[in-house]
Amino acid sequence: MDFAFTKEELDFRREIEAFVKEVLPPDWDEWAVYWPGSYGTMPQLEAEFQEISRRFSRMLGEKGWLGIGWPKEYGGQGSAMKAAISGDVLSYYRFPAGGVATTIAGPTLILVGSEELKKEFLPGIASGEIGFWLGYSEPNAGSDLVSLKTTAVDDGDAFIVNGQKIWSSGAHVTEYGWVIAKTDMDAPAHKSATLMIIPNDTPGVTIKPIINICGNHSFNEVFFDDVRVPKRYVVGEVNKGFYNVMLALQFERMSVGSGGFRRVLEELVRFARETERDGRPLSEDPRVRKALAAIAVEIEVFLTFYWQSAWMQDRGQVPELEASALKLVFTELSVKLADTAMDLLGPFGLLDKGSKRAPFGGRVGMGYLDAISGPIGAGTSEIQKTILATRGLGLPRKK
Amino acid sequence: MDFDLNEEQKILQRSAADFLKKECPKERVRRIEETEEKYSPDLWRKMADLGWMGLHLPEQYGGTGWSFLSMAVLLEEMGYNICPGPFISTTLLGCVPLLHAGTEDQKQAILPGVASGDLILTLALAESDRGYEPSTLKVSGVRSDESWVIDGVKLFVPDALSADHILCVARTSAASEPGAGLTLFRVEKDHPGVTVTPLKTIARDNQCEVAFDHVRLGPESVIGPVDEAWPAVKAALDRAAVGRAAEVVGAMRATLDMTVAYAKERVQFGRPIGSFQAIQHYLADMWVDMLGTRNLVLQAAWKLSTGEPADREVSMAKVRAGRMGRKATTVGHRIFAGIGFTMEHDLHLYHRRTVAADFAFGDSDSYHERVARALGL
Repeated sequence: MDFAFTKEELDFRREIEAFVKEVLPPDWDEWAVYWPGSYGTMPQLEAEFQEISRRFSRMLGEKGWLGIGWPKEYGGQGSAMKAAISGDVLSYYRFPAGGVATTIAGPTLILVGSEELKKEFLPGIASGEIGFWLGYSEPNAGSDLVSLKTTAVDDGDAFIVNGQKIWSSGAHVTEYGWVIAKTDMDAPAHKSATLMIIPNDTPGVTIKPIINICGNHSFNEVFFDDVRVPKRYVVGEVNKGFYNVMLALQFERMSVGSGGFRRVLEELVRFARETERDGRPLSEDPRVRKALAAIAVEIEVFLTFYWQSAWMQDRGQVPELEASALKLVFTELSVKLADTAMDLLGPFGLLDKGSKRAPFGGRVGMGYLDAISGPIGAGTSEIQKTILATRGLGLPRKK
Repeated sequence: MDFDLNEEQKILQRSAADFLKKECPKERVRRIEETEEKYSPDLWRKMADLGWMGLHLPEQYGGTGWSFLSMAVLLEEMGYNICPGPFISTTLLGCVPLLHAGTEDQKQAILPGVASGDLILTLALAESDRGYEPSTLKVSGVRSDESWVIDGVKLFVPDALSADHILCVARTSAASEPGAGLTLFRVEKDHPGVTVTPLKTIARDNQCEVAFDHVRLGPESVIGPVDEAWPAVKAALDRAAVGRAAEVVGAMRATLDMTVAYAKERVQFGRPIGSFQAIQHYLADMWVDMLGTRNLVLQAAWKLSTGEPADREVSMAKVRAGRMGRKATTVGHRIFAGIGFTMEHDLHLYHRRTVAADFAFGDSDSYHERVARALGL
């Protein structure tokens, strides 16, 4: 047992911190939107932050940090721990970079992609030039993904894709879809679909915005109308799409900004010390002290899971159940943190971004709304619990 | 980072699990609970023969010299099997202050006896306002010529009935600052003026009132510096709190194992109840709660073993185990339903202990308060 970082890891953390402090605009905290553990307030998905986000992504790419967790033969350092440290630092500072390309598409391509696909996409991902969006859910296929209706029909050297995806975060600000579609209409449902990459600029792709309840344009509906996808863009084997999506989901479920939780806690502690009510600081109120202590304990639990999953990957283990547990824990924590913050701020927590007198630039009110998305996205909390119960504890599935 | 136990610890874990499964089955736990002292001299002797009493004591006192982390590993297995007896009282509450503050003579007089299984110790700390903060302590130690006179009543002294020696924290001068003015005394249980009265608990452990009525002690009874006992007492309290939390992790694991097995075999509406999502989600939560608590407990035990300040880690582990242990056994009762609400069933043996652990060495509020202080509030 050893819960300490090595000197090399601590040095790496300092290096990233120094870089972030150097490049971020000095007033960044006043306008950065981001609530940890949720999906609707990522600055890198906002149109207004695209210029800065793209620039920062390329800078991270130049440093070699985007693919730092990848194996050495793909330009990485093969260190999941370093990737976790980088994620921790970047989210602490609400750094507007990173996403599906580096945390989900890249690692999945490395495991199941063809050599041709790896050559075509990994360099662009590692350098921060290209971005991906996920095309899994459909209007009638959410948790029950195998009911998807989008089809990809064999047409010689290509598939012809027709259908609709929904909740596709960032489709409006990235270049490539990571899409699952039905390729065998007669096979059993779980052996009927294929994962493929679809460039946004392919004729027949239409992207329509959906405004989330925070007021942000983070996700989209995407329509496919006779979209021709070359077969070389198939990820992994044909008709093994659900297997490959499950693999990609493990990476997605472990993708969380741990530092953001630490940051909000620090801010709430400072707020409690600096805010007076009835002539004394909030921090002297036993109810406030208990509430902040309780959330600090849960953040600590989450952090041990976070570092543990990186440690496991570096030992060559595949965190399947751990990914589900981590996702369950951090998204429920996102809600608890928002509740705690809201209770601490009282009516000031309701003040929105841009309002006079809004503490933390209105991030708490927005975070309270955004926290709703955490336990819903990337497989709901209920889905994670069912995975843990059936695959982890061996409880029988419903007949 | 390394989230794995080392080879020694893994061997300890396996051998403890095997030993306790054989020597400490639930029938025996129930028989021991019926004794007034809540302990079995025979089981204690066997545990001592395995080296458990001296596991963390230095070799010159008959110990093995392993870290506190190894103790936590052992205690998790003891919690899994509900091993009753004054283990935490003796090895942690009793030995740690001696190790931290005792003279070489005092250590030689007591510690080898503990390691061999011949001596049982405990610590008399809390009083009528149930606090474990130094400011709440009023039992007095008054200097009289060369000796000291102790007066007052200690409460919730664990295992005092079976103890040979009681360490008593007494106020020997007014507190000039938090923690100051306290002195630690070693008292033999049959010393004139000491009266031990058992308090019957729903946890069926041995909690006692210990009354000191003009108990006159010689200067050799003082352990550590006069008026400055708190650091040594706190070191013991922190280890006992984490030790108890490790037992809770074992109890949570056992509750999960029992409950999952039952959910697979109990049939209602024509199918195992474990196929219902209501039950599956309860159990998934219980599992994740247990794993997270285990991480915090091992982190605290590790931090204590490094010798660095560990207040934050200790407090977090104690409060998480206290709350989550109760939650796990409460949910276990929902799943076992009627049969779990009987004396015949084993679940209550765990539930009694998890609820008692939440209040052991300070309640959850007091540990939340310690976390708050560590946060800078």
